[in-house]
Amino acid sequence: MQYDVIVIGGGLVGTSTAYGLAKQGQKVLVLDGEDLSLRASKANFGLIWVQGKGWDSAPYAQWCQSATNLWPEFNDELKATQIEINYERRGGFHFCINEQEWQQRESMMSDLSHNTEGMFDYEMLNHNQLKKMIPEISKSVIGASFSLQDGHVDPLALLQALYKAMHNLGVTYMGDCLAETITPHQGEYVVQGSKGKFTAGKVVLCAGLANSQLSKQLGMSVPILAERGQVLITERLTPFLKWPTLNVRQTAQGTVQIGDSHEDVGSNDETTPEVLKEIAQRAVLMFPLLSSVRLQRAWGGIRILTPDGNPIYQQSVSNPGVFAVTCHSGVTLAAAHAGPLCDWILGNSYLPVIEHFSVERFDV
Amino acid sequence: MFKFLDDDHDFDTKISIDGETYLVPSSITVAAAALLVGVKSIRETPTTGAKRMPLCMMGVCYECLMKIDGVGNQRSCQTLVRKGMVVQRQIGATELEEAYYET
Repeated sequence: MQYDVIVIGGGLVGTSTAYGLAKQGQKVLVLDGEDLSLRASKANFGLIWVQGKGWDSAPYAQWCQSATNLWPEFNDELKATQIEINYERRGGFHFCINEQEWQQRESMMSDLSHNTEGMFDYEMLNHNQLKKMIPEISKSVIGASFSLQDGHVDPLALLQALYKAMHNLGVTYMGDCLAETITPHQGEYVVQGSKGKFTAGKVVLCAGLANSQLSKQLGMSVPILAERGQVLITERLTPFLKWPTLNVRQTAQGTVQIGDSHEDVGSNDETTPEVLKEIAQRAVLMFPLLSSVRLQRAWGGIRILTPDGNPIYQQSVSNPGVFAVTCHSGVTLAAAHAGPLCDWILGNSYLPVIEHFSVERFDV
Repeated sequence: MFKFLDDDHDFDTKISIDGETYLVPSSITVAAAALLVGVKSIRETPTTGAKRMPLCMMGVCYECLMKIDGVGNQRSCQTLVRKGMVVQRQIGATELEEAYYET
């Protein structure tokens, strides 16, 4: 069987890209890793988030704007799968617990607004304004930034919906097939996976942390950093929090997700009592009512970061047709990966902002 | 529907399940007691309201959540019965403690 494109990686980035490519008529094969492969797609907070993203980078800020603006349409398309992904976009909060945090946040939000030529829509709220929206908030929270552009989604349901959506468009999915080598052969690329050999004209690397090693084979240098985040999951509670926040989010099913830690521990995705205590304390400080709530699970996940936090979209110079797609925000950017990113991969006319995300920016 | 394999049990512990009083052996869990006395559903889910019964009986699946002595979302399969225990079906999600709402 001959494919137009092989996508390596079946997480949110890989499936949204594969779905987008198939929408444009490509014959796509997705090679996915194993159940126990590290998967940020199965260990994340489900935020579709613009506030904060790109405050120090106009291209990233604009790229996130395009992605969130494409999300409603993307969500409508995914409805055909009949999988409820609980997409909501009614705004999101970032809480500040002291004056210094508030000042920093305000300046960050103002930079972000500047970087998007005013497209980024936000408000800084003081405690009383915040309390009117969220009566459960504690006095310790002196204020918050609020952006109506933020939202959230059930990330596991999103992944499931994307599997179904790409399947419906004829994408072939092969799990348990770790990509080992990629070699050019007569103008095409041969991917040797643990389950066999596959050939296509284009290869898109969406393999998360493994992108670094895979891209090296093709002469690309894709710098990737791993960062652990630990999350607590509570019992199901009567809905009390309508809006997602950066570290506390109530899901449509009633559980509350509590994050977010940032730890440099390589690819170790275990949980530790010290960090869980810290994130629980911060959540209880913000929402005292959580102190009486039982926890049901805790897990660690590995974020995929680049040195500047922006995505990397790079076509190999020595092996054209091979693309590396690496980003931290597979949920937020899913709609852009299924749309404008595929235009770039296929050589159609594309959003020029994508060119800012090549690895060349690291060579200064 | 459920019965003991042997007769070596004293039905000496009085508990109430959903307002009905029952005498059950002291050595069993709340979930086992609910099955023993023939409770038809021990909870209704927060998402769809579907009626549920205990499933794994070993603390893993969280299907057996009940309100025990006023505290919701307790795994009834991990809780031994006690004299005077008041057990209620878990209807929907747990309510939040109003005491924590600052005014």
